[in-house]
Amino acid sequence: MPRHLRVRVAFVVLVVAASVWYLYPPQKAINLGLDLQGGIHLMLGVEADKHVASQTDRAAEDLKGALERKGIGVKRIAREANAAIQVELASPQSWNDALTVVSEFGSFERRDENQAAGRFTLVMSERRVNQLRDDAIRQGLETIRNRVDQFGVAEPTITRQGSQQILIQLPGVQDPARAKALIGKTALLEFKLLDERTSIEQALAGQLPETSEVLYGREVDKQTKVEHKVPYVVLKRTLLTGAELTRAEVQADPNSLGNWQVAIEFTSTGTRIFGEVTEQNVGKRLAIILDGTVYSAPRINERIPGGRAVITGQFTVDDARDLAIVLRAGALPAPVVILEERTVGPSLGADSIRQGLIAITASAVVVFIFMLAYYRLSGLIADVALGLNLLILFACMAAIRATLTLPGLAGIALTVGMAVDTNILIFERIREELRVGKTPRSAVEAGFRRALRTIVDTHLTVMGTAVILLSFGTSSVKGFGVSLFIGLGASLFTAYFFTRLLFDLVYMGRRKVEAISI
Amino acid sequence: MIELFRNPNYDFIGKRKWAYIVSIAVTLLGLLTLAARGGLRYDIDFTGGTLIQVRFEQPPAIAKIRASLATIQLGESIIQEFGDAREFIIRLPLVAVGSEEIARRVQAALGGDSALGKFEIRRVEFVGPQVGRELQLQAVYLVLAGLVWIALYLAFRFDLRGGVAAVVAVFHDVIVCLGALSITNREFSLPVLAALLTIIGYSVNDTIVAYDRLRENRGKFVPKGRTFAQQMNDAVNQTLSRTVLTSLTTFFSAAVLLFFGGKTLEDFAFVLFVGVITGTYSTTYIAAALVVDWTNYVEGRLRRGKKAVVKA
Repeated sequence: MPRHLRVRVAFVVLVVAASVWYLYPPQKAINLGLDLQGGIHLMLGVEADKHVASQTDRAAEDLKGALERKGIGVKRIAREANAAIQVELASPQSWNDALTVVSEFGSFERRDENQAAGRFTLVMSERRVNQLRDDAIRQGLETIRNRVDQFGVAEPTITRQGSQQILIQLPGVQDPARAKALIGKTALLEFKLLDERTSIEQALAGQLPETSEVLYGREVDKQTKVEHKVPYVVLKRTLLTGAELTRAEVQADPNSLGNWQVAIEFTSTGTRIFGEVTEQNVGKRLAIILDGTVYSAPRINERIPGGRAVITGQFTVDDARDLAIVLRAGALPAPVVILEERTVGPSLGADSIRQGLIAITASAVVVFIFMLAYYRLSGLIADVALGLNLLILFACMAAIRATLTLPGLAGIALTVGMAVDTNILIFERIREELRVGKTPRSAVEAGFRRALRTIVDTHLTVMGTAVILLSFGTSSVKGFGVSLFIGLGASLFTAYFFTRLLFDLVYMGRRKVEAISI
Repeated sequence: MIELFRNPNYDFIGKRKWAYIVSIAVTLLGLLTLAARGGLRYDIDFTGGTLIQVRFEQPPAIAKIRASLATIQLGESIIQEFGDAREFIIRLPLVAVGSEEIARRVQAALGGDSALGKFEIRRVEFVGPQVGRELQLQAVYLVLAGLVWIALYLAFRFDLRGGVAAVVAVFHDVIVCLGALSITNREFSLPVLAALLTIIGYSVNDTIVAYDRLRENRGKFVPKGRTFAQQMNDAVNQTLSRTVLTSLTTFFSAAVLLFFGGKTLEDFAFVLFVGVITGTYSTTYIAAALVVDWTNYVEGRLRRGKKAVVKA
C-alpha cells in the first residue's frame, strides 16, 4: 500500500474509533428529546412586577409604622401602580418631621410634593425596580429548582430564558398534571386573623371594612364528592408567612381517617412571633391561607410556644406530600404563568421513536438496495459510506450532547437523501468521463474532482439554511437544524475522504484497471 | 450497467414558454386556494391555544366526546380522529383559563361520561398568545432569511441573474407547497415550516447542479454556433440522469415517511413529497429558463445598442 493511502486509512480508522468511543454505551450516548421519551416542556413567565408591587406594599407598611412611632398622623398611605406610594399626612405641620422619616427609605424618590396639603408621592428608583425584578426571577428559578429536586426528576433542565422567562424541561415524568401543579404553585403561606366583627352576610353585601377581605376555602362533600366554596372574612394584615418555616412533614390526620396533614415548624423568629400572636389572640380564630385559599381556621385555645402547627384540609397522601415540598422549598417571590407547554406521555414518545425508526430504516433500505442494483460495486461503496455518515452523525450528536427530537429524525432522513445525492453526482460524473473514452483511473480522478465542486456548493447552501434554523428556531425546529447541519457536515467529510479512499483502495492497488464496476 | 439515459438530448429549454404558462397557472391556483380559504390554517403553534391528544380503550363516538366537552365551556373545540379510531386530537381556542386547569377540566369531562370508557391523555400542548405571535413572526423571518441566504450565496458563486432566478424558483415552490397544504386542508405547523425550509434547500440544490454544469462547460470552451439557450439545455441534459435519480430516491424517502412515518410526521412528509416534485420541475423550467430569457434580453439590448453605435 502506498504511503499516502496508509495515512488516509489511518485517519479514517481514527474517526471511526472516535465515533464508536463517543457512542458507547449507546443507550446513554444520545439524549432523547421530550417528544421522544415523554416529559414536560414548560415556558413560564414570571410576573416580576407583582414582586415589585408586594415589596412596595411592604415599604408602605413600614413607612406607616415608622411615621406612627414618631407620632406623625397619617391620613392616607397607599400604593399606586407598582412602584409608588402616595402619602397624605393628617396635618401639614408635621411636614418636616415626616421628611426626616422618609429620607431613611433610600430606594424611593420624592415626587409631586404639595406641602400645603401635606401630600407627596414616593417613587421607587429605576435601579431598585430592575433589581427587584431580577431578584424575582432568580429566586423563582432557585425555588423551582428546589421543588423539582425534592419531587425527584432525573436530569431536569431549569434555565432562565430572556429577561422574564423560565424554561423547564422534565424528561420522563409519569404524572404531568401533578408536576405542573407543584411547579406553578406560588405557595405563599400566610397566617391571618378572622374578622369576627363582620358577618359573612354583611361582607358579601359589600359592607366590608377597609382592613378586611373575603377569602374562600374549599370543602368537598364526602358523599357526593361535590366541591363547594366556603367564604371567610379575614383581616388583611399578615401576621406570619411561610418564609419563617424550617420544616414541613407529612402526617396522618389523627381526627379523620384516610386524610393526611402537613406538620410545620417555625424558625426561632417565627416561633417568637407565633407565640406572641397566639398569646394576644386567645379565643380568636387564626386562618391558615395558601395562595389566597383558606385551608383551615382553628380557634386559638392558648399560647402556642413551641413554634409548631399543622395544616389540615382533606389531603390525600400525594397532596400532602406536594404541599410539604412547596412549603419546604419556599414560596415563589412572584406568581408565574404558563406561556407554553408541551407535555408528551411516555407511551406516545415510545410510539414516535418506533415509527421514526421504521421510517428511517425503510427509506435507508430502499436507498441501499437501489444503489447496489444500479451501481453494483460502487453502489456498495456508497452504502458503506452512508453507514459511516450515520455513525459520524450520531457520534457528533453524542459528543456535543445534542438532543435528538422527532423533527431531528426527519433531519436525519433528509441527510440520508443528500448523502445519496452526493454519491449519485460522483458516479454519474465518472460514468460520463468513461463514455468520453477516459481510462478508468483518470475517469475516477476527473469524476471526483468535477463532482466535488458541485457537492460543496449544494452542501454549503443547505447547511446555511440549517444555521438559520439553529439561530432563529424554537426548540422543535432547532432539533431539525442540528441534525441536518451535523449530518451534512458528515456527508461532506465522507464524500471527500471516505468514498474516494475506498475507490483508491479498490482500484489503485492494482497495476492495471480494466473496468470499473459502476 | 443499468442506465436511465444515454446521452439524453431533450429540448427542455425550447419549451419554456409552455412551462411559464404552467408555472404561472399553478402559482395562481395556489394563491387562489389560499385566498379562497382565507389564508393558511395555522396550528396552535402559531395561533395559541391548547391541543390534547387522547387515546381511548374502545373506539368512542365522536359526538359523545363533543357532548361531554360541551359541558365545560372552554369555547369551540375541534375534535379530530388522529391515526386510528381510538385516538383523537382535541383543539381548544385560547381562553382565560390556565393550561393546567384546561387539562384538568377536559380530563374530568371525559372521565365523567362512563360511555366513553377508559382513556389516556397522551399529549398536551399549550401555546400562549404571546408565544404564538412570536412564532408566527419567527416563521416569516426564517423563510425570508433562507431566501436571502440563497440569493446571496448564488449571486456570490455564480452571478446576480442566477441568484434571482433561483429565488424566484424557490418562491414558486413555497407557494405551490402552501397551496397543496391548503387544498388538502392541512394545518401550517412547526414541522411544516421545517419541511418548507428543507424544500427551499432541496430546490436550490438542484438549481446549483445545473448552473455549475453550465459554468463548467462555458469555462472549458465557448461552443461555436450554440446559443445560450442551447448551452443551458445541454447542461440540463448532462445532469438529467443525476437529477432524476436523486429526485426518485428523495421522493421514495418522502413517500416512506408519508406512509409509514406515523400521523405526527404526516404533514411534514406531505410537504416534502410535493416539494420534491415541484423543486425538480422548477430547476429547469423556472431557474434555468429565467436565466436564459434574462441573458437573451440583456444581450439583445447590447446588440441593438452596438448596432445603433455602428449606424451613427
